[in-house]
Amino acid sequence: MIPAPFAYARPTTVDEALQAVASGGEDVKILAGGQSLIPVMRLRLAAPETVVDLTKVAELRGVREEGDAIVVGAMTTHSDVITDPLIARYAALIAAATETVADRQVRHRGTFGGALAHADPAGDLPAVALALDAEFVIAGLSGRRTVPAAEFFVDYLTTALEEGELLVEIRVPKHEGWGMHYEKFNRVAQAWSIVAVAAVVRREGDRIAEAKIGLTNMGPTPLRARGVEEALAGAEATADAVAAAAARAAENTSPSSDLNAQADYRHHLAQVLTRRAVTAAAGL
Amino acid sequence: MSQINVRVDGVDYTDDVEPRTLLVHYLREQLGKVGTVVGCDTSNCGACTVHLDGEAVKSCTVFAVQADGSEVTTIEGIGSADGALHPMQKAFHEMHGLQCGFCTPGMIMASIDLVNDNPDPSEDEVREGIEGNLCRCTGYQNIVRAVQQAAAEMNGRTAGAAETMGAQA
Repeated sequence: MIPAPFAYARPTTVDEALQAVASGGEDVKILAGGQSLIPVMRLRLAAPETVVDLTKVAELRGVREEGDAIVVGAMTTHSDVITDPLIARYAALIAAATETVADRQVRHRGTFGGALAHADPAGDLPAVALALDAEFVIAGLSGRRTVPAAEFFVDYLTTALEEGELLVEIRVPKHEGWGMHYEKFNRVAQAWSIVAVAAVVRREGDRIAEAKIGLTNMGPTPLRARGVEEALAGAEATADAVAAAAARAAENTSPSSDLNAQADYRHHLAQVLTRRAVTAAAGL
Repeated sequence: MSQINVRVDGVDYTDDVEPRTLLVHYLREQLGKVGTVVGCDTSNCGACTVHLDGEAVKSCTVFAVQADGSEVTTIEGIGSADGALHPMQKAFHEMHGLQCGFCTPGMIMASIDLVNDNPDPSEDEVREGIEGNLCRCTGYQNIVRAVQQAAAEMNGRTAGAAETMGAQA
């Protein structure tokens, strides 16, 4: 299976990339790691006129510290995310979830920003970004703007990125002293999540002071389990309290029914996985 | 067409490729490197795994034009010039890590990449490490044994490695 012909641009800076996108014609696709785009092009589900390859844009790679946040370049590969010391220290949830993405070959090519911009509901990283209250820095020809995670994911495979814009970096608030866990359910190695839960929990002594819960594949976009978060805020850090809170995990969700699972099964999974994720994140 | 300069298995090539040409097709059809095979064509099976600048990738999910300026190593480039097998190849042979052999080029390239990162992988770590490669014959048992044997030899942990190699030669 060979993709349809396309024009190819390989810019080396963000400015060049924006120009290439602007002059690429009607149907331009941005190639990050290509691990979702190339399969889709091979199946001819996409046949863009122009492909703008960001692989050589060095300024989009790497993780840096900036005040109370860490800033992850959109083209940082999954492999680099897994071994990055700043992520390990301030947002280890990202590395934990990234380790579950696909397989080592795909993780060598695939990128953090590419996975977020693709916004697949079964992808692991959108719910993680949402749970960590990440912000998305988007570049366009007229300048840069910042969008909170809650507004970035708009619908199935759809984000706040407008035509001609690029996701350039993701700012993640430092979460020092928080417990984190990513609990994923799938049937076979390298498979997508049927449901997964990202839990970020701050304890104060015997109580849970604050919890942020992100749900993967419980609707067309990643979701926060607000009911669970409310129930956990100030709750005792006990198995019973966590189980009672996790029972609210499926509230206000709208998972699909597909070959992997029916919607009611996903509702059930969300509760079970939330209990496990919060239990681990709270150190119980 | 785009011109690319790429080093494959130690030899420099300058070629014109269409941007849509996949790396695996360039290797097989333009360079004749048919040791690298196409299995599933959907990024699942890992049979087409090669090393791109030292990292395992699925060559059906990389455009050839993206390898411009890079170094590619295929299954054909890992043995010695004198024909001796790479320790990973030798271990797959000795431990019967294959039956039909179609997945083997990719298995070996992924396994070398794994051992480069983790010199002494446990059985579970081997299974995780080759999760991107499918074998429909062996049930993986002997593949896991082969990877562990090769890891030991590649990192100098088997005193008898040289003798074993002699016995096979």
